[in-house]
Amino acid sequence: MEDKRAEKKPKNRVRMREQEPLARAKNFMEVPYGYTPEEAKKEASRCLSCLKPSCRSGCPVSVDIPSFIKLINEGRFIEAAWKIKEDNAMPAVCGRVCPQEIQCESLCILGKKGETVAIGNLERFVADYERDNSAVEIPEKPKPTGRKVAVIGSGPGGLSCAADLIKSGHEVTLFEALHKAGGVLVYGIPEFRLPKEIVEKEVDYIRRLGVDLVANALIGKLFTIDELLTERGYDACFIATGAGLPDFLGIPGENLNGIYSANEFLTRANLMKAYLFPEYDTPIKRGRKVAVFGGGNVAMDAARVALRLGAEKVYLIYRRSESEMPARKAEIHHAHEEGIDFMLLRNPLRFIDDGKGNIAAVECIKMELGEPDESGRRKPIPVKGSEFSLEIDVAIPAIGTRPNPLLTRNVPGLLLNKKGYIIADYETGMTSKQGVFAGGDIITGSATVILAMGAGRRAAKAINDYLKWKYWDTTKLQGSG
Amino acid sequence: MFKILRKEELSDLVILFEIETRDIARKARAGNFFVLRINEQGERIPLTIADFDRDRGTITTVFQKMGKTTHHLGTLNEGDYIMDVIGPLGMHSHIENFGKVICVGGGVGIAPTFPIARALKEAGNTVISITGARTRELIFWEDKMRSVSDELIIVTDDGSYGQKAVVTTPLDVILRENKDIRLVYAIGPAIMMKFVCVTTEKYNAKTVVSLNSIMVDATGMCGACRVEVGGETRFACVDGPEFDGHKVDFNLLMSRQRMYTEEEKVAMELYREKSGNN
Repeated sequence: MEDKRAEKKPKNRVRMREQEPLARAKNFMEVPYGYTPEEAKKEASRCLSCLKPSCRSGCPVSVDIPSFIKLINEGRFIEAAWKIKEDNAMPAVCGRVCPQEIQCESLCILGKKGETVAIGNLERFVADYERDNSAVEIPEKPKPTGRKVAVIGSGPGGLSCAADLIKSGHEVTLFEALHKAGGVLVYGIPEFRLPKEIVEKEVDYIRRLGVDLVANALIGKLFTIDELLTERGYDACFIATGAGLPDFLGIPGENLNGIYSANEFLTRANLMKAYLFPEYDTPIKRGRKVAVFGGGNVAMDAARVALRLGAEKVYLIYRRSESEMPARKAEIHHAHEEGIDFMLLRNPLRFIDDGKGNIAAVECIKMELGEPDESGRRKPIPVKGSEFSLEIDVAIPAIGTRPNPLLTRNVPGLLLNKKGYIIADYETGMTSKQGVFAGGDIITGSATVILAMGAGRRAAKAINDYLKWKYWDTTKLQGSG
Repeated sequence: MFKILRKEELSDLVILFEIETRDIARKARAGNFFVLRINEQGERIPLTIADFDRDRGTITTVFQKMGKTTHHLGTLNEGDYIMDVIGPLGMHSHIENFGKVICVGGGVGIAPTFPIARALKEAGNTVISITGARTRELIFWEDKMRSVSDELIIVTDDGSYGQKAVVTTPLDVILRENKDIRLVYAIGPAIMMKFVCVTTEKYNAKTVVSLNSIMVDATGMCGACRVEVGGETRFACVDGPEFDGHKVDFNLLMSRQRMYTEEEKVAMELYREKSGNN
């Protein structure tokens, strides 16, 4: 029956208007403009309001998608925003950075015959509408429980956990090692994909809920977890320190000047605003010819930042083919449009210097796809004799991270797996150490904003239970990552 | 915001700040460093912790005016605030009773050598210190260094104070005459640490250096500070800053320290124009 109704709906979604590719490749302003209220209503009207909606089950935090879309359809935009906020404290962020095409939207029934409802675009619209119309509501303060929780790391996992905990009436301190809160949302994701003003407003919202945000506090160094739990009087801790140390390619010449980890390149550009140098003090090398290595969102971000810093040519070098790329489809699409040169099935072998300690070229080799490997993707194999060299002056490996040992090495009783990730119960975040919960990239390895938020929310719920019953269950610990 | 409680101009170029930060002071140990950012437009720069006072809740740092940020920092006065101070960072020094040790401090490197020499002295070591600088006015903390050393040798490049020599000259003499030196600490410009290591290697004297690479977050996240030690890439911020000097690739360190020479010039010129001082 739904299939029949689907035939009456427009097959194509309402496009978000965007900056022209050639224009936007020279500025840091956001790429899409977002929907107008009319466009949002038009797109929302495509939703079939399925009796058994499957979109919701595709959302890691189970946002009530059909209800908020219905509210948009009725023009009740602010109520739609509140509806999302029942499950997701940061819709303006998630609307922009979630991989909807493999989550909620992948389950939309309209996808069988045409394009799915643009759930992400709609989420973004209502969140922006609420913010622009100053209707952001601060819920009434709940009765204090007298319990104190420390949340370590103010990225998406920490923010969502802190938001839930404060609503439960606990006293919450959110510790951030950097000078600014937001984690990957401020240091990693560029301005043109997620304006920092939006992150600041989300952080401000969480502060207004009553969370005590302490920046410049590197837990593990300034206070250990044990100190927090004893002399500092916290009843529980949630560790959400995220993906840690950048991996490098492990090939010769990797420490030449001009070679940045994607983390460093993006941190300089985003957190430190090096694209505004010398107005801002942090410098960054503006490469003429830049090579980025990797196929994830971070690689796309780095490539597009390099372009905006004035590069004539940006190569994206990836050892598999485009269909294996883990990046969001929208980012791959935008990168293509902006003129990033995708060099697929290529792998770097070594970096060559200019005789003065700077990067001058990278030698690569062609790859072909063989049998599927343990990740289920076809394994890239080097093609003998296919070596070639590319002249470049900046290189950016964006190939993932390892866990940061700064915090974990100072926590007696906290079990880590072989790679150094925290072993935890995936459902509750409970670790081997009583009172210590963990979630997000520090247990799973590099993942997404929304998965970290989901982990933060589950942990908040488990922390509530723990503070009530003081019950600790370590039977379901799992090492992953 | 972090208040500057005390400022001392040790020379035209070398400034001492005592900064109020109770939590860092409580945890700081010899060998640690910290990061500061002056204001919203500022860059994050690592500076050494030259001393700490747990009762007063302060850390002390000594820096030399080099580029824009350190010049700007030098214009701040007692009572002024620094926007961000993060620490203590890095692994602290490994201190035990080794026996007889030498502490070499060059230029502003004299400052972080002091808490290490003090800790080594307190642990029961016989401490011989060598303090060196280009010229007399850049030598500071003579009394402090003397108070934690069994012997203090001062050298200047131009002979305006102490011996006319570089630090490696007396170092070589001491190592030749004392076969029982168990450890040498060297902190200063990369070139000085490099030649200290060349000297100590001849005598097979274990040498620890503290590497001052360029950093951004200084918590392991970015890898700007990577150095090569024994052929392996390490992060100075989380694996160091102290390393076995005989294994450090100093040429790489020096090359990486020069990465932003052009940008530093641009920033400095703009700063001079704006502040109207030369």
